[in-house]
Amino acid sequence: MIKQKLVLIGNGMAGVRAIEEVLKINPDGFEVTIFGTEPYPNYNRIQLSKVLQGGTSVSDITLNDWEWYQDNMIRFYPGETVTAINTKTKTVSTDKGRTESYDQLIIATGSNPFMLPLPGADKEGVKAFRNIKDCEEMIEYSKKHKKAAVIGGGLLGLEAARGLLNLGMEVDVIHIFDYLMERQLDRTAGKLLQAELEKQGMNFILQKNTAEITGRKHVTGLKFSDGSRIKADLVVMAVGIKPNVALAQEAGIPVNRGILVNDYLETDIPNVFAVGECAEHRGIAYGLVAPLYQQGQVLAKRLCGVRDNGYQGSVLSTQLKVSGVDVFSAGKINEDESTKVYKMYDDWNGTYKKVLIEDGKIAGAVLFGDTKDGNKLFDFIKKGALIEEYLESSQSANSEVNLVASMSDEEIICGCNGVTKGSIVEAIKANGLTTVDQVTGCTNASRSCGGCKSLVSDLLACTLGEHYQADQKEAICGCTTLSRDEVLAEIREKGLTHIREVMNVLEWESDGCSKCKPALNYYLGMINPLKYQDEHEARYVNERMHANIQKDGTYSVVPRMYGGVTTSEDLRKIADVADKYKVGMIKVTGGQRIDLLGVYKEDLPKIWAELDMPSGSAYSKGLRTVKTCVGENFCRFGTQDSIGMGIRLERKFEGLNTPHKVKMAVSACPRNCAESGIKDVGVVGVEGAWEMYVGGNGGTHLREADLLFKFKSGDELVEMIGAFLQYYRESAKYLERTSAWVERLGIDHIREVLSDELMVKEYNNRIDEALSVVQDPWKEAINNKNLLRDLYQNVKVPVETK
Amino acid sequence: MEKTLRSVFIGEVAELPQKLGKTVIVGNKEIAVFKTENGDIRAIENRCPHKGGVLAEGILSGEYVFCPMHDWKISVKDGNVQAPDVGCVQTYPVEVKSGQVYVLIRE
Repeated sequence: MIKQKLVLIGNGMAGVRAIEEVLKINPDGFEVTIFGTEPYPNYNRIQLSKVLQGGTSVSDITLNDWEWYQDNMIRFYPGETVTAINTKTKTVSTDKGRTESYDQLIIATGSNPFMLPLPGADKEGVKAFRNIKDCEEMIEYSKKHKKAAVIGGGLLGLEAARGLLNLGMEVDVIHIFDYLMERQLDRTAGKLLQAELEKQGMNFILQKNTAEITGRKHVTGLKFSDGSRIKADLVVMAVGIKPNVALAQEAGIPVNRGILVNDYLETDIPNVFAVGECAEHRGIAYGLVAPLYQQGQVLAKRLCGVRDNGYQGSVLSTQLKVSGVDVFSAGKINEDESTKVYKMYDDWNGTYKKVLIEDGKIAGAVLFGDTKDGNKLFDFIKKGALIEEYLESSQSANSEVNLVASMSDEEIICGCNGVTKGSIVEAIKANGLTTVDQVTGCTNASRSCGGCKSLVSDLLACTLGEHYQADQKEAICGCTTLSRDEVLAEIREKGLTHIREVMNVLEWESDGCSKCKPALNYYLGMINPLKYQDEHEARYVNERMHANIQKDGTYSVVPRMYGGVTTSEDLRKIADVADKYKVGMIKVTGGQRIDLLGVYKEDLPKIWAELDMPSGSAYSKGLRTVKTCVGENFCRFGTQDSIGMGIRLERKFEGLNTPHKVKMAVSACPRNCAESGIKDVGVVGVEGAWEMYVGGNGGTHLREADLLFKFKSGDELVEMIGAFLQYYRESAKYLERTSAWVERLGIDHIREVLSDELMVKEYNNRIDEALSVVQDPWKEAINNKNLLRDLYQNVKVPVETK
Repeated sequence: MEKTLRSVFIGEVAELPQKLGKTVIVGNKEIAVFKTENGDIRAIENRCPHKGGVLAEGILSGEYVFCPMHDWKISVKDGNVQAPDVGCVQTYPVEVKSGQVYVLIRE
């Protein structure tokens, strides 16, 4: 497949998020190029105030480090600005004289700080607060100067002011309104906030219009419209932002306040998209992170051709992150004739809560001091829930853990990234997560503003708490007290790469055993299929030798026979080999294959070479066989080509490692001659459709498979089997058959997880990655002298004759 | 007949697989020779006292081998079967001289 050239202008949060989403859906579809004016990898602009406040370096707020660009083979030009877009030749050119062509172009140029056109605004010492360079300059200033003035008492201005205060400056905040953050707060909350910040040392000058910035070359102060003055060595303008549309406008792309986009983030020009603060959707240019991320997801789906309802606009919520002050607001903020109010004001504890109700439904909320209910309220506002629902839920919520426990699975925990409670719990369970950071790494929850960290940690306590009770924390073996989930979490978190390292770092009590070593070998390979070097000495004899050991130390050989179909030529080869090596027995297996029993170890490689057939994997913790019935081509009852489907599945998944063996079958009618009802994955063809059954077992724990889905097309079936197998690979314990795993997770839960189209795609991407490194083990052994010597040759010492 | 120790050359240290066993056949004796993770070389009878499993194909962890048949845990150092199972296998002294491995067999 030829990759499309995808060019991103702007290396900020919105654009890079869109690229991340694209890579998730289709990692191989695009050749990605990113231009960024700032000389840094993508960082979290929301946390700029932390850099300003000191103690936080750029790398601490970096979202995608340099390696991320390399690992994803993204061509990244930091410190390079795109100066022109030519939509006719489909190229962009830069200030460094580079010209780059594109198939798809994303404009994510963000916004510029709005600088008031005041007399004196060009003097030295007048700054914006927008990027890392601004922060660095302000930090430099604070070393030499004392007095700062911040124009703007909104979110940005207050964060800048707090930072400057931390740097030891005296700070005046000038605001045109009579209370702070008037766009997000009502007067009561605004005044409470002011009082709190005054306690921290901020000085406020309200209802003042700045008329002039005074000074000669360098700023010395401000003059207001009423004639009064203040002194200042540094002036920070934080009155707002405006979408950065200049580049688009010059290229003839229609703009209003922002670059005009439709529900799919398409501009008026084909193959040109805009996302983030620079884009204007249904009349709104958003300046907060949650909507930008939602846009990024929609854009990625559009680029990858995944169907979607498009972007429908966002309800906004705000959380102020000034140390020691918790403020939250969402939806409607101020009362009018049509609203009723639920209000609580606790002067003693300094908390304030206001919920606005319209026609009995929650329409908005303002919280001060205690913002725990913020996410819940935000969710209720988006759903248009009745006020009673909120009041009831707050009564039942005694502790915080109970609060998260009482939330529904669809409730959003992380507003910035749109992560629900359900998906966090799911990730915690599936990947054995134990810390907030791991949850962040896995789900993106609390990756942006960090406001939901406490909720995530409550959720961990609540999920793991139950888990411990249910599971009694099952250690993977006697060498450690850690459970499977904990070990996996540690491997992921610490980036462990081999068995010995895992045992050392996680303080194993011995040198490992026959339980943990094969398990660790599997987990390490599952987590990092491309880089992990399989340790054959940690595998059970059958898997190491690629043959089944028998009670007398001889082995059996089962060649691959896709779908159980063979040819006279293959049969002849098998017969010849059986004769030549005098095999003890030739038998048909339960999985429709031919087994040559009683083969000596030293003969294995020779037999494989002479057979010249792939390994049948009859020994593996992996895909064994796909059994098939005769199907529509011969059988008078057959409704589908079961043999064709069986061969297709076996070719796709052969050589896959799984927690335990996986047996499959495809039958062409409900008579089920291939016995699909007792297979790990059993397919039953019916008129015009395929039924997919999972979790069946014909062995020790006889279990009838559950119907998972029904598909009209074979392609959909194969895709779902890929997703199912990968889900099993990632979440089952080593040596847990699908039957036990399905019972543990519940078929409804599995169905729900696999009903998400995006999840199915992602599971398939990961299983394809695992399959991409599969090699035929027999060929590998035959061609590797060291393997032949180490595994298959004995040392024979002749007896001395006396 | 007097019994003597016979020194049998079985190969170079470098040719023995790390963390694995090697089947060495001397006359009608089968010996499992292991090179452990820290480089020690150990030789024991290649036959599990349980049901005769070939110990050379077991998983080696530190000083112990796990029989590939039914997972008995046996010390490659002193030949003792570990609890809860009981028994022992014969061990053979090993000498390494300038990279060459010799197993001492009583005859």
